[in-house]
Amino acid sequence: MHEMSIALSIIEAIEAKAAGEGPGRVSEVELLVGRLAGIETESLSFCFEAAAKGTIAEGARLAIEEPQGVGLCSECATSFPVSFYYAECPACRSLRVQIVSGEEFKIKSFTIEEEGK
Amino acid sequence: MCDTCGCSTEGGAVLRKPGQSGYHVHLEGDAEHHHHGAGHDHEHHHHEAASRKVLLEQDVLQKNNLLAERNRGYFEARNIFVLNLLSSPGSGKTTLLEKIIPVLKPFIPVAVIEGDQQTTNDALRIQALGVPVIQINTGSGCHLDAQMVKGALAELDLVDNSLLFIENVGNLVCPALFDLGEALKVVIISVTEGDDKPLKYPTMFHEANLCILNKTDLLPYVEFDPVKCRQNALRVNHHLEWLEVSAKTGEGLEEWKRWIETRLQRR
Ligand SMILES: Nc1nc2c(ncn2[C@@H]2O[C@H](COP(=O)(O)OP(=O)(O)OP(=O)(O)O)[C@@H](O)[C@H]2O)c(=O)[nH]1
Ligand SMILES: [Mg+2]
Ligand SMILES: [Zn+2]
Ligand SMILES: [Zn+2]
Ligand SMILES: [Zn+2]
Ligand SMILES: [Zn+2]
Repeated sequence: MHEMSIALSIIEAIEAKAAGEGPGRVSEVELLVGRLAGIETESLSFCFEAAAKGTIAEGARLAIEEPQGVGLCSECATSFPVSFYYAECPACRSLRVQIVSGEEFKIKSFTIEEEGK
Repeated sequence: MCDTCGCSTEGGAVLRKPGQSGYHVHLEGDAEHHHHGAGHDHEHHHHEAASRKVLLEQDVLQKNNLLAERNRGYFEARNIFVLNLLSSPGSGKTTLLEKIIPVLKPFIPVAVIEGDQQTTNDALRIQALGVPVIQINTGSGCHLDAQMVKGALAELDLVDNSLLFIENVGNLVCPALFDLGEALKVVIISVTEGDDKPLKYPTMFHEANLCILNKTDLLPYVEFDPVKCRQNALRVNHHLEWLEVSAKTGEGLEEWKRWIETRLQRR
């Protein structure tokens, strides 16, 4: 279950960044997980909750944005939504399709609730 | 818990050498997560809590990707050509290595990193061929990552100008997400698996450079259409190269050898 190791690396990245941000706890984490990124977002949310226990991000909400896959035909330059890697150009039927969006897998931001202010 | 020394490993990866039952190295650090005691849920209710957004814009796999690039730099500096072998459990990765290594060994030094959740069985099979091998046991982990490979490199006697095979953990899902620093990825599928597999598990086929269809000796006995399978694979990745072999009979292995030789010359 690679979602667990991924959840841990998300927490690690947040902890590293939060260390320079003063005291507080993390209430929300914004992720960008493209539809083609190969990540089960449900499983990731579940693992995140478990991985966050006892860390600065315990109880934090995961806000996941899931951009659509977008393909760009290398033959006729049509761009169109794709839900999988095996896309066919709807205009010219070419299989020479480049994926231009949908593979993102990023931590966009997190929200700190400051303490001691 | 570690079955060799009884220490608590919490699922961390362990390196082993075949035939040396006491030898093992725990790969810790990066894979491991340090929990900090919660110290922020008490007596601050009288403070005004202020929310603040911190931008990160960081690739989740960044750490693995950076380590993989370090591995890649190491391999390039020593002119070591690395192939990462990926497949479902039992497609024949180890058997293919058992057949191809004796053919390659007279021309180039070969070494192997074996990834499995448990046991040194595969490493023992490779060791019998007389090439350096190290086993990574990932425990509960279902894929190799760049950190594990980096740890294994420190324990493996690699020579310059050589060929290194990394046999990933048998799993068609996530090993594709983790760059190890290899030059090329080879995905293996066998005729007992279903010719729509590339469509069901597209990520792996999308990332691979070469697909090897193995166990072709079984084609008369199974419902498997190699042409359809290849078409499906090409739909996922139109740059994918394709070979059909039987590790059992040796059919097609000569083509694989030529494929490797061509890649070695291109370095
Ligand atoms: N008939 C036939 N059987 C094969 C062939 N290649 C491998 N096998 C058999 O398939 C089984 C699994 O082979 P392995 O080489 O251990 O497969 P693997 O991919 O290394 O498996 P894991 O490491 O467990 O993921 C063994 O029983 C092999 O003998 C082949 O070309 N034809
Ligand atoms: Mg094996
Ligand atoms: Zn995994
Ligand atoms: Zn087109
Ligand atoms: Zn192309
Ligand atoms: Zn131990």
